[in-house]
Amino acid sequence: MKAIHYDAIILGAGAAGLSAAIYLSRAKLKTLLINEGSIGGQMVLTHAVANYPGVHETSGRDISLIMKKQAKEFGADIESNVEITKLDLSGKEKLVEIDDDEIFTSDVVILATGGKPRKLGIPSETKFKGFGISYCATCDGDFYAGKDIVVVGGGNSALEEAVSLTKLVKSITIVHQFDNFQAHEYAIEQAKKNDKISFIMESEITEILGEELVTAVKVQNQKTGKEQLINTDGIFIYIGYIPNTDKFKDVIKLNNRNEILTDENMKTNVDGIFAAGDVREKKFRQITTAVSDGTIAALNAIEYIQTNKK
Amino acid sequence: MLQTNLNHINSEDEFKQIIENNENVMICCGRMGPMCLPVYDAMESLEDKYENVKFYDMDFDTPHAHVIRNHELARKFMGLPFTFYFKNGQAVHATTSIQTKKQVKSNLDEYLT
Ligand SMILES: Cc1cc2nc3c(=O)[nH]c(=O)nc-3n(C[C@H](O)[C@H](O)[C@H](O)COP(=O)(O)OP(=O)(O)OC[C@H]3O[C@@H](n4cnc5c(N)ncnc54)[C@H](O)[C@@H]3O)c2cc1C
Repeated sequence: MKAIHYDAIILGAGAAGLSAAIYLSRAKLKTLLINEGSIGGQMVLTHAVANYPGVHETSGRDISLIMKKQAKEFGADIESNVEITKLDLSGKEKLVEIDDDEIFTSDVVILATGGKPRKLGIPSETKFKGFGISYCATCDGDFYAGKDIVVVGGGNSALEEAVSLTKLVKSITIVHQFDNFQAHEYAIEQAKKNDKISFIMESEITEILGEELVTAVKVQNQKTGKEQLINTDGIFIYIGYIPNTDKFKDVIKLNNRNEILTDENMKTNVDGIFAAGDVREKKFRQITTAVSDGTIAALNAIEYIQTNKK
Repeated sequence: MLQTNLNHINSEDEFKQIIENNENVMICCGRMGPMCLPVYDAMESLEDKYENVKFYDMDFDTPHAHVIRNHELARKFMGLPFTFYFKNGQAVHATTSIQTKKQVKSNLDEYLT
C-alpha cells in the first residue's frame, strides 16, 4: 500500500479541527482532515448556538457545514466517518492508516479529537440504549410523554434538559453524585422551582432493571451506602464528557483526566504534534475556545513546517 | 424535509415500491438531531461501497412515516432514529437510537448480503 504524503494531518473535524484545516489550507499547505465520527463533532449537538460572536443565533450543524465548506474551498481534503486503524506519531514522519486500506503520512499532526459523552459504566446501559436510556432530550423526549423519568447529572446540560423535559413528562427525579450542582445559578434555580422535579443527591445509579424496556433503577447513596429502588420509564444521562485520547495515550503526555497537556502554542510533548480544542487540558470548553485553539495550533504548525523544510 | 444527501422517501406508495422493487434496502427514519445525523452520515459514506443496497431516509414527523413508526419491529423503540433493513420487501432487522458506522456496516453485512 503506497502512502500519500501531506504537510499536515488533523485528527478530528469538530470546531478545533475544522478551524485548523481552514488556516493550514489557506496557507497553501497540503492538508488532510480525518474524522472518525460526523463532521462538526459536539457542535451538531447544539440546536441553537447563541454565543458565537458575529453570528446571530444559528444551529451548530449550520456552523459546521460552513466551516467544512471553507476548509474544502481552501483546498483541504476531508476523510469523514472513517476508522483509524493504525497511528504512528513517534517518528519525524507521522503515519495514519484508515479503514485498513489507506495510509497517509505527514510532517505535522494536530490532535483535535474532542470528547465523547461519559457513560454510566453499568453493563445493561448498552442493552437499554433506545429502550429507556437516552442521551438526547430533544431527540427522544416525545417517547416519554406523561411518563416518570430519571435524569442523571448535575451540570448545565442535566439541569437544562430536565427543565425542558418537564413540558412532556409526568415527573423527573434528578440523581446527582455530589451534594451540590456544577451548573450555572440560573439553571439550578429553574430546576429547583419546578414542581415536577425532585432530587436525590450524593447518589449513583448502580443497576438498571427491566426486561425489554427500563422499568426501574437502583440508586445508592455514596455516604451511607443505602440503596433504594426507583420505578422509572426512562433514564436521560448527562454526566459530562471524556477526552478522546485512547488512540495516542502511550505517546502523548496526558494529565490524570486523560486530557492532552500542551503549552500556549498548542505544542505537545512530541515534536511536530499539536493539540487543539476540548481534548486538551483547559478550563473553558466552548466553540470559540476550540476555534481559537485550532487557529493557534495551525499557525504554529505552519511555522514548524516552514522551519523544518529550510 | 431532511437536509441530507441521501434519497428521501416522500410517500407511502414510494416506500412500498422501493422495498418491493429492490432486493436490499436500508431506511433511516429520523429528524435532523444529534442522534440521527451520525447515522445519515454513515449511510452516505457507505453508499458507494454497498452497491447492492439502496439507501434512503424518511422524515419521522411526516404522516407517511407511520410505515416505520408503527412497524411491528419498532413497537418498543424509544430512541431516534429508527433504522430498518429490508430484504425482498420484508423488514429483516431494525435498530433504535444512534449507531456507529461500524454497527451499520455489521448490520449490512449480516442482513443485506
Ligand atoms: C450539548 C452541548 C451543548 C453545547 N453548547 C454550546 C454552546 O451553545 N456554545 C458553545 O460555544 N459551546 C457549546 N458546547 C461546547 C462546544 O460544542 C465544544 O466545546 C466544542 O464544539 C468542542 O470542539 P472540538 O473540536 O474541540 O471537539 P469535538 O466537537 O468533540 O470534535 C472532535 C471530533 O473528533 C472526532 N474524533 C474523535 N476521536 C477521533 C480520532 N481518534 N480520530 C479522528 N477523529 C476523532 C469526533 O468524532 C469529533 O467529530 C456545547 C457542548 C455540548 C455537548
